[in-house]
Parts: sequence; structure tokens; C-alpha cells
Amino acid sequence: MAFFIVRRLLLVIPLLVGITFVSFIVISLAPGGPLDFLEAENPDLSPEVKRQLTELYGLDKPLIVQYGNWLMRVARLDFGRSFLPDGRPVLAKIGERMPVTLALNIIELLIIVVVAVPIGVLSATRQYSVFDKITTIFVFVGFATPDFWLALLLMSLFGAQLGWLPISGLRHINWEYLSFWRQQWDLVSHLLLPITVATFGGLAGFSRYMRQSMLEVIRQDYVQTARAKGLSEEVVIGKHALRNALLPVVTILGLSLPGLIGGSVIIESVFAIPGMGQLMVQSIYARDYPVVMGNLVIVAFLTLIANLFADLAYGLVDPRIRFGRRRGR
Amino acid sequence: MVAFWRTFARNRLAVIGGVVVAILVVFAVAAPALAPWDPNKHDTRRILAPPSAQHWMGTDQLGRDVFSRVLYGARVSLAVGFVSVGIATLIGVLLGAAAGYHGAVVDGVIMRLVDLMLVFPRFFLLLAVLAFLKPSIWTIMVVIGLTGWMSVARLVRAEFLTLREREFVIWSESVGASAARIVFRHILPNALAPVLVAMTLGIPAAILMESGLSFLGLGVQPPHATWGNILTDGKDSLEIAWWMTVYPGLAILITVLSYNLLGEGIRDALDPRLRQSRVGRVIRLGG
Repeated sequence: MAFFIVRRLLLVIPLLVGITFVSFIVISLAPGGPLDFLEAENPDLSPEVKRQLTELYGLDKPLIVQYGNWLMRVARLDFGRSFLPDGRPVLAKIGERMPVTLALNIIELLIIVVVAVPIGVLSATRQYSVFDKITTIFVFVGFATPDFWLALLLMSLFGAQLGWLPISGLRHINWEYLSFWRQQWDLVSHLLLPITVATFGGLAGFSRYMRQSMLEVIRQDYVQTARAKGLSEEVVIGKHALRNALLPVVTILGLSLPGLIGGSVIIESVFAIPGMGQLMVQSIYARDYPVVMGNLVIVAFLTLIANLFADLAYGLVDPRIRFGRRRGR
Repeated sequence: MVAFWRTFARNRLAVIGGVVVAILVVFAVAAPALAPWDPNKHDTRRILAPPSAQHWMGTDQLGRDVFSRVLYGARVSLAVGFVSVGIATLIGVLLGAAAGYHGAVVDGVIMRLVDLMLVFPRFFLLLAVLAFLKPSIWTIMVVIGLTGWMSVARLVRAEFLTLREREFVIWSESVGASAARIVFRHILPNALAPVLVAMTLGIPAAILMESGLSFLGLGVQPPHATWGNILTDGKDSLEIAWWMTVYPGLAILITVLSYNLLGEGIRDALDPRLRQSRVGRVIRLGG
């Protein structure tokens, strides 16, 4: 296991460098360099801002030197300062929003797993039943529903028409004056809609994968053997089949993390949740490039770490991985 | 081929999906002829009018006909879907073929690049790139294409890895066929089935992506009508003009649903084996 962990950790290093490289290519994409582009967009760009940008990215030096300098700064987690009048360090701005986005994504992931696994198992064990057919319809509709549209419809229904739930932000304006339990309920009520929307597509996907994986496993010989031994159906499905069916789903879970995190952009923008996704969109509107770049690098770092955890979890549940055989890609 | 059609035709949902996709393409191409109104014509006397015989899907804040705008929006969605998936497929096939055919170092480098690209949450990467470029339909197409080739590359590589060990390839090598000839004449045609499926399933993903970007105001710019920016306009008057939100959203849902049904149908008909394989697991989660 130790060997597995070390090897997996070593693989992270080139990816970390790679992330900074891809991000650097993004900055240098603008035709004629970022400065020309900025000036065209905003004719009264002050010489001060120009000087800041030139200094931050070393724009007067050759590309490879620019990248080297920038990499050195990123290694010290120095992403420069925001272009907004507050001029705060980029890292501080992102840091205060990171917990929100992380918490939301973790809650979403937990809900997806807890709900999708039983749905998948039930529709696999009752293939072609009414339940299976209804979930199949849900899966296809879930895949095809744009999240922002679902968000608008739910906001309109539960927020405006029925008035049951708040539709934006995380807290009521009088939050500080509420009693403790009221505060908790206030937070939950603010999260209900965004989390419903964010988990909708994921639920559809995972229940589908779970169903497929379960269908494959149920046909295996060892499941028949377990039945033949006279084990109850609950034990056969719940223990023998489920454990094996979950393995590929753990991989899918890891692979789908970037998609889930990317979804935060829309969810946070629509529901005005102060997370990294909202910051990203706001910074683009405000042409606050240091924040855009910092956000991109940090969100990729976070995804990389999350993937690492998913892989380690996979190693924990599957002894074949732990003992050195490489998983096929 | 006959077997393909027979299996495909038996899948009722896939056929429906295919028919709807065909109708959508016709609508998009013929939008100028079909649209009852000019999609950009303001009419101050009919602002936010509910659906009626003249305006089937009502009008927006500027009195523009929503039905005509949804029709024109179909053009943007389908164009972005086809072109961006075309770009992604081209890159994916070339890199996947190189990785699978050459193996060794080439394979290692390309696959690490795939891993690297997959670490970026796609929506964040799209937004960062768009922050530095002027938003236009072409930028959107290219950017969505450039960030979406990885699954195709993996699929093609996997096919190449197995195909290059097959007798007909080894035979071609032994009679001295050039590498290019082997790759493009012998291996690639046999590896296209999963690519076709990935393309059909990639188009709806690109359409969702574009509508999300347009919704945020970072996609195709107004006054060009896209499903995403009609929804942005509708957001502000959702309480008084539901039609501006419901119809374009339904248009996206129906389009994406039809492509997905068609794609799954093609996959099942091409090769029952693929049903269980990676293609079936093209990941799409919340963008």
C-alpha cells in the first residue's frame, strides 16, 4: 500500500507543473499579447495597470523566461494582486471562497452516492420493471436538462410563486439576529435549491452507471455460486454483488469530479453563492486577470487532489490495485 | 450495414431521436424561411406579449418574437455542436492514433497530456480562455473543440492498441506498406465506430456547454439569438413572462435528449460489445 501511495504521489508532480503550463498558454493566447487585448477592450487603461501586468507576467521578456518567472511565483502561491480597486492578494480572495465551493461539492457528491447507489441496484435487480423504466426516463431527462434552466424554473416555483425557499445567497440579511436553530435552518433552506440542481444531472449519471455495473456483476458465476450456497437474496445482492459492482463506479466518481466542480460556475452564478465559480465569472466581467488565472490554477490543483483521494480510495477497496498491478486506462 | 440498420430500426427511442434530430437540422437550416418574424425586429407595441396566434411563443422585453428567436437559436446551437465536435474529433483521432500506433514514448507523452487536460474542470478552463479572447461564435466553437478531444483520443488509442496487433495489420507491415497507409487505410476505418458514437454524444454536450456560456453572457453575443441568451433575457422577467424561459429551455432539453437517444441507439446497433465498454461511459456531469 505504501508503495502504491508513493507512486501515485510522484505522478502528481508532473501534473502540477503541467497545470501551470496549460494555464500559462491560456494567458499567452490573446493575439498580440494580453496587453494589446486589454488596451483594445479598455482604451483608458492606466499606465499603472499596464506596468503591474508587465511586471506580474514579465511580459517584456521571452516566453520561456516569462513562464519560468511565473512558475516560481506560483510555487510560492503568489498569484499577484487583484486589479479591482481593493487590490487584495489573489490568494486571499480565492481562499475566502474556497470553503464554500468545496463544502458544496462534497455535500453534492455524498448525496449523489447515497441516492444513486440504491436506485441503480434496484433498477438492475428489477430490470424492465416499472421502477426501472421510470428511472430510465429520469436518467435521460436528467442528462438533457440544462442546469441553469432547471435552476430558473425551481427558483420561480419555490422562491417566487410559493415563497417557500430563498433563491439567492447563503444567509438571510438578519442572520446574526436569528436563534441558533433558526440559523441552521436558514442555511439549509438556502442550500436546498442549489444542491438539488447540482445533483440532478449527477444522480442521473451515477444511477445509470450503478445499474450497468450491477447488471454485469449479477451475471457472474460467483453470484450464482453464492445463490447456490443457499444465501439469502439480500446477502447475495447486498454483499457479494454490490461490493464488486461498486468498484468501477468509484473510478467513474473520480473521473467525474472535474465536471461536478465545473458545474459550480453556473450554480453559484445563478444562486448568487459566494464561491470560486461565482468569483470566476465576476472576475471575467471585471477583466480582473490575476484572479482569473489564480482561480484556474487553484481549481485544477483542487481537482488533482480530489482525484488523488479517489485513486487512493480505489486502492483501499480493491486489493488488486494495492498490490501493484496497474489499472488499465 | 444491413444488420446495423435492422438493430437500429428495432430501437424505437433511437429512431424517434434520429427523426427529431433531422427535423431540428431542417428547422435550423430553413430558419430564415420558416421564421414568421424577423428575430431582431423590435416592436414597442407588443412588449412581453403572451403566446398568441401571431406570436406562438410570445414576445420579449423588446417586443421581439420568441419563436423566431428560438428558431434562429437552433442555428447557433447546431453549428456550435457540429463544428466544435468536428474539431475535437480531428484532434482526438490524430493524437489517439499516434499514441496507439507508436506506443512507447509517444503514447506516454500523449496520454499524460490527456490526463493533464482532464484535471481542469472544463467550464473553468473555457471561461479562462474566453476571458482573453473576443467572444464570437467562432471563438466558442474552437474553444469547446480544443477542450473536448480527450475522450476521443482515449477511445481511438484503445482501438489502435488492439487493432495494430491484428493479422491484417501485421501482414500490411510485412509487405512494406508505409506507416501512413497502415494507419489511415487499414486501422482507422476499423476504429471509427466508437468515434462515431462519441461524436453523436459529444454534440449535445457541446450544445449544453454553449448554452451555458451564452447564458452567462460569455458566449455568442447579442443581438444574435441563442438559446442561452434568450434565457438570460428571460431570467429578469421570469415572473411575468414565463414563455421566455420555458420555450428555449425546452428546445435545449429536446435537442440534447434526441441526440443522446440517437447516440445510444447507434452505439447499441454498431456493436453490442460497446454497450458495456468505455464509450458507454462518456462522462457528462453538470458541465
